[in-house]
Amino acid sequence: MMNHDAYPDNYIRGILNGVKSIAMVGASPVNVRPSYFAFKYLAQRGYDMIPVNPGHVGKELLGKPFIASLSDIGGPVDMIDIFRNSSHIMPVVEEALTLDPLPKVIWMQLGARDDAAAARAESVGIKVVMNRCPKIEYGRLSSEISWMGVNSRTLSSKRAPAPTQGMRLSLNRMSVGGGTTTASDRAAKNKSEQS
Amino acid sequence: MSDRLPGFSTLAVHAGAQPDPTTGARATPIYQTTSFVFNDADHAASLFGLQAFGNIYTRIGNPTNAVLEERVAALEGGTAALAVASGHAAQVVVLQQLLQPGDEFIAARKLYGGSINQFTHAFKSFGWNVVWADPDDIASFERAVTPRTKAIFIESIANPAGSITDIEAISTVARKAGVPLIVDNTLASPYLIRPIDHGADIVVHSLTKFLGGHGNSLGGIIVDAGTFDWSTGGKYPMLSEPRPEYHGIRLQETFGNFAFAIACRVLGLRDLGPALSPFNAFMILTGIETLPLRMQKHCDNAKAVAEFLAGHPAVASVSYAGLPSDKYNQLARKYAPKGAGAVFTFSLKGGYDAGVNLVSKLQLFSHLANVGDTRSLVIHPASTTHSQLDDAAKIKSGAGPDVVRLSVGIEDKEDLIADLEQALGA
Repeated sequence: MMNHDAYPDNYIRGILNGVKSIAMVGASPVNVRPSYFAFKYLAQRGYDMIPVNPGHVGKELLGKPFIASLSDIGGPVDMIDIFRNSSHIMPVVEEALTLDPLPKVIWMQLGARDDAAAARAESVGIKVVMNRCPKIEYGRLSSEISWMGVNSRTLSSKRAPAPTQGMRLSLNRMSVGGGTTTASDRAAKNKSEQS
Repeated sequence: MSDRLPGFSTLAVHAGAQPDPTTGARATPIYQTTSFVFNDADHAASLFGLQAFGNIYTRIGNPTNAVLEERVAALEGGTAALAVASGHAAQVVVLQQLLQPGDEFIAARKLYGGSINQFTHAFKSFGWNVVWADPDDIASFERAVTPRTKAIFIESIANPAGSITDIEAISTVARKAGVPLIVDNTLASPYLIRPIDHGADIVVHSLTKFLGGHGNSLGGIIVDAGTFDWSTGGKYPMLSEPRPEYHGIRLQETFGNFAFAIACRVLGLRDLGPALSPFNAFMILTGIETLPLRMQKHCDNAKAVAEFLAGHPAVASVSYAGLPSDKYNQLARKYAPKGAGAVFTFSLKGGYDAGVNLVSKLQLFSHLANVGDTRSLVIHPASTTHSQLDDAAKIKSGAGPDVVRLSVGIEDKEDLIADLEQALGA
């Protein structure tokens, strides 16, 4: 059982290096919503993105047609990224568990956490991440987020290529312990226990 | 790739820095430019909308400064940081995110004189009302809490007397009041104390002091611990409410545990303007590489100098938390076991005149208004850094008329003691 209060970098790294297609449940066409810019960033970093939102069927998000539900994907998908509040997680996970083949990863967005739903997914071998943003984690492990003064908690003495549009970045930097954000993880845990 | 855990000295050299992608330069380049070209109109819009990682304009962010920010965030164990032009600028930017006009914040009475001045006078004109509390009396912080309290501000090692603040006890008060604890960690540096480990939610520094360490460059920094939940109760609208200047983005929702650092950047630095020069960031980064070595030497020298002064017949008292007899020695053992810092005060039996005489006779100690330089420094706070306080406030903040403050450098300790001996002797 994964400790959902503090994920090892290798766990997140393995997921982001491994998955190729991501269905984003709750993707928004409104360009100031976090789901919109996470979708756009992950598409730019080479993931095959599928927007899932029943309210926008018939429209496109950055050239990809919206679908109403996970069962409309019509083929295998590696990861489900859920952009919904904690209270709306379980039905999405239940639907994901009906897919054949099963997705490899279920990811719940920053602020979203449902431990019961996570346990059900993990019981059939699906990896789960909660209360994280894949854009932030990709930016952190590649150190691209360092432009914003964020502690990537990684080091590298290697010269990386300058990032360009559509380029996959290396996530294989050394993770650091002295620079970990233990206090922040503890605060998130306390918050989730209170709610 | 295993999750190996490098130590503090490794982070001091490496965190945030990597070879330049374009040239392979190993030292961090000084990106002395105002602005950065966009790939296309969409890229520009994404950057301005906070949707993409990248650079726009040096008032908002700069690649040299970003290395400094990540390095200090890593050394403090925070989620992110923002570098600004000075320690004072850091304080303005932090409180701008937390206080609306008419709000209050509680501050420890023992602070750098410039901060007491800034809080008392400059911030009053913004409608930010400081309420003073005594760091030696934790209950005085509890009594100061009102429904308008938005933050608590303390120094980890307090200027000028080097007293140690019980960070954990005050963090308990802050947690109970539902407000963030801001700790100025300038005199300790993260080598001696990491306030986030003891409950701080925000750490600020004057980088000008021990972090830069060479007395050549001003700078300040804000570190976000990522520990505070800004979303509850609408108490911190800069973080929890849709921001009209960014098309309705909510910063906490979007940036999670580093939202405060982002708010300081995109609402504080962007609009108030106290950007750090990339050249200064480079100088300070170079200083930080040797922080662990310097800080240990500063502390070892300070302890030797304090012991010498404590045994000198002309000295009335020494206030240094590293001495076993000092009232803050227990707190120093708990919070700063590697050393109690290098800034402290002592008083002379001859009073004010003896202090002036001492300062004029010293040959190695420089008489100036800074601390945390490689060089040893001396000042008479009552007539300089704390001169704008009235006499009662001077004494309360540890800067009475007979008090001399030292910032002990990294010279040979025997030479510093000999200098003090000749100046005290005659």
